[in-house]
Amino acid sequence: MQKQEKQVQDMIPEEILQRWETRGVSRRDFMKFCSVMTATLALPITMMSKIAEAIEGDNRPPVIWMEFLGCTGDSEAFLRANQPTATEIILDYLSIDYHETIMAAAGHQAEAAKRQTMEKYKGKYIAIVEGSIPTAEGGIHCTIGGNSALNIAREVCGNAAATIAVGSCASFGGIPAAAPNPTGAISVSKAVPGATVMNLPGCPLNATNLTAAIVHFLTFGKLPATDSLGRPKFAYGKRIHDNCERRSHFDAGQYSEGFGDAGHRQGWCLYKLGCKGPETFHNCPTVRYNEGTSWPVQAGHGCIGCSEPQFWDTMTPFYERLPNVPGFGIEATADKIGLGIAAATTVAFGAHGVASALRKGDDMESDQVKKED
Amino acid sequence: MAKKIVVDPITRIEGHLRIEAQIEGGHIQNAWSSSTAFRGIETILKGRDPRDAHHFTQRFCGVCTTVHSMASIRAVEDALKIQIPDNARLIRNIIMGIQNVQDHVIHFYHLHALDWVDIVSALSADPKKTAQLAQSVSDWPLSSVKYFKGIQDRIKAFVGTGRLGPFSNAYWGHSAYKLPAEANLMAVAHYLEALEWQKDVIKIHAILGSKNPHPQTFLVGGMAIPMDPDSQNALNADKLALIGKLLKKARKFVENVYIPDLLAVASFYKDWAAIGGGVGNYLSYGDFPMDNSGGTDNLYFQRGVIMGKDIANVLEMDERKITESVTSSWYSYSDGDDKGKHPYDGETTPNYTGPQPPYEFLDTDGKYSWVKSPRYMDQPMEVGPLARVLVAYASGNKDAQAIVGHVLKTLGVGAEALFSTLGRTAARGIDCLMLAQKTELWLKQLTDNMGRGILEVHNAEKWDPSTWPKEAQGFGYHEAPRGALGHWIRIENGAIKNYQAVVPSTWNAGPRDASGQMGPYESALVGTPIANEEQPLEILRTIHSFDPCLACAVHLYDGRGNEIIKVRAL
Repeated sequence: MQKQEKQVQDMIPEEILQRWETRGVSRRDFMKFCSVMTATLALPITMMSKIAEAIEGDNRPPVIWMEFLGCTGDSEAFLRANQPTATEIILDYLSIDYHETIMAAAGHQAEAAKRQTMEKYKGKYIAIVEGSIPTAEGGIHCTIGGNSALNIAREVCGNAAATIAVGSCASFGGIPAAAPNPTGAISVSKAVPGATVMNLPGCPLNATNLTAAIVHFLTFGKLPATDSLGRPKFAYGKRIHDNCERRSHFDAGQYSEGFGDAGHRQGWCLYKLGCKGPETFHNCPTVRYNEGTSWPVQAGHGCIGCSEPQFWDTMTPFYERLPNVPGFGIEATADKIGLGIAAATTVAFGAHGVASALRKGDDMESDQVKKED
Repeated sequence: MAKKIVVDPITRIEGHLRIEAQIEGGHIQNAWSSSTAFRGIETILKGRDPRDAHHFTQRFCGVCTTVHSMASIRAVEDALKIQIPDNARLIRNIIMGIQNVQDHVIHFYHLHALDWVDIVSALSADPKKTAQLAQSVSDWPLSSVKYFKGIQDRIKAFVGTGRLGPFSNAYWGHSAYKLPAEANLMAVAHYLEALEWQKDVIKIHAILGSKNPHPQTFLVGGMAIPMDPDSQNALNADKLALIGKLLKKARKFVENVYIPDLLAVASFYKDWAAIGGGVGNYLSYGDFPMDNSGGTDNLYFQRGVIMGKDIANVLEMDERKITESVTSSWYSYSDGDDKGKHPYDGETTPNYTGPQPPYEFLDTDGKYSWVKSPRYMDQPMEVGPLARVLVAYASGNKDAQAIVGHVLKTLGVGAEALFSTLGRTAARGIDCLMLAQKTELWLKQLTDNMGRGILEVHNAEKWDPSTWPKEAQGFGYHEAPRGALGHWIRIENGAIKNYQAVVPSTWNAGPRDASGQMGPYESALVGTPIANEEQPLEILRTIHSFDPCLACAVHLYDGRGNEIIKVRAL
């Protein structure tokens, strides 16, 4: 361990470590932060000094964090951040000039703080959006300071260097946009088509991914590479199923059949209890939540697919193996694609399930299966 | 001349709240509370699997992130007459307990403290005197001169950048701030400490339920976290020990930091024990079942109603006496807006009559909020820690009586001081301490069960919808951090026919009813002194004392057989 630490230390210039120490951040914590970031972003270790330099000095990027039709769950997730912690982010890494949940000022003083940042740092600040944006009836379903969420989003995101949509509501519409979408809620990228938007879906988002994305931005001056849904590949490039700690039980045909049964207690695969891991792209199994303490499958509950578009419609009922969408689905294209993937996976799974079931001598569930794979 | 001012957004709360207030002679004469956002999650729930409902309702709020799951599964269990295993009761109590404790600490330090604490003043504090002050109120090991000097240096360096981030443009130096510099520095240090503490202790939710916010572990009929002392994939002795360690950490902080700080700060603001009283009626559903009978007779916090501050008479709570009116809310009822409806018979027809954005003022003579006006026996009711503590205290709860007595004695005030802004803030601390000291008992009982080989966490008898009656309805109660929370569900043919929630901030933030009675926020604001109309710090004090949670408060209640509102083509 000491040797590794020495290696890490060699990569970060001494004067940077010293300056962080005077700010109350120990060199050990700072080095740990740099190595966690390098790992999360899947960068070579040689990039560590660049990361250290990028977040050096008081060039803290100004941030305007807005919440629209949300539940503050993504803000709360941010407060649980660990590398760095929320305290360090607030005091040392970013200048969070507007965030309604934590800011001291209220009313027009709060509005003025936002306006100041927008004017002084036009085109340079980062906009963070939590919650979706209602568009029905002129945006009356969400107003702040008498102005509609839609107007505010267009102005703030439209003048930002980049916008990060945190959580599934801002990324894809989320729960307000679930059928029948009573408020005409849409995602940030739809509400502000011209803006540079990166999506960090999840309900809530994983704070580690937010921190990593910000560090990437600071280090390289641009947002990380994204998939066709605007999600950074470093966090959403792989299926949960492929990285799942219970994958070996799936491969062995060992399924939990009920909550609390012998298989469930021994950590067997949760597919039969409704797990949507095979259809969900997210790094939960590797990053986990609350400083790596756990994630849904580890704690015995199947994945509900919360980082996928329209998951409230395409992944429900959550405790059924087959996604069931009839009667729902406003956005036909997204739904069709989602449904296509889901149906294909289910057929493959049914077959696999039977193959393993036959090996174990269990009853076959014929309605699931066409043929053995 | 009366002047109307607007505070929008009210910050350091959950959700979107707007206050309009009329000020004359340095006091608030009249006030209007408005929620300016609406999502319609109950409408989205219609037709879905009742077993899924808790995932949806959990997203009412990411702050009190467990409470709507709790109320939801209880509503379904009440409808289907499901008895949960004892382990599920205990796991739920632990999850609810630490939710309340963590939420209250976050509220005190991160949402409420800056109404009383001047950060800028902390820069001129003497660290030595600060350490003396801190050591005089508690034996918390961190309270050294070096520690406070370090915090002060860090804040100085931060302020020195000239970029104050979330602390910019605030009310520093306002004449209503009364704390000496040393008390300010002590509070700022603990603001930062609490920020670290909260993320640690809430790992209990991750251990029992995968993550926080939005733990994924609740089930109709029990919980999804398996228990098995002989497995590394289940709740085992190791994980129980870790929970125990975190519960102790939570309790120590509440006992040695939060409560001493609360009392120290409150002692400088005793004038606020006569401000912000409000409606004077209190309702608590009671919670934290002490046995697994499924009844409500043996709850740690008792159930009851207090009318007109009369704590000598705790009335029985009957949910059938709850109604909601939409006289001042942006909805309309089929038989007229002025008659209240019980949640089972609720109706939805959104009827937005407010101004088109951008606007300057709402039309407060007409409808002016997305929150409805719940009433109990036609009376507005305050809910929350104050209501919970008052009902427990007046019902003979020994823990409540001891802690309330200690707080009143320390501050040198009588019980009438509780009916105020300061009383509300103090009651939150009392509530927090009671739960911080109780939750370890439930962990012990859970450990005992495991030791005896009792491992059941879920009752699956009625998991399959084919076992359900064709029609069923149920009421799910919960005492959330912010107070009395009720969910009402109707199930028909295995699907949700109707779903409604009346949540704490609906009770507290609601607008005027048909007879013109103000809601608790509005009523509490009347009479509040305002030193500087441009800097309405005093409004924040009283509103924050309720701990508003507006995303929770706004719902769309849909009546039986009503058309779901039409979705507009975009």
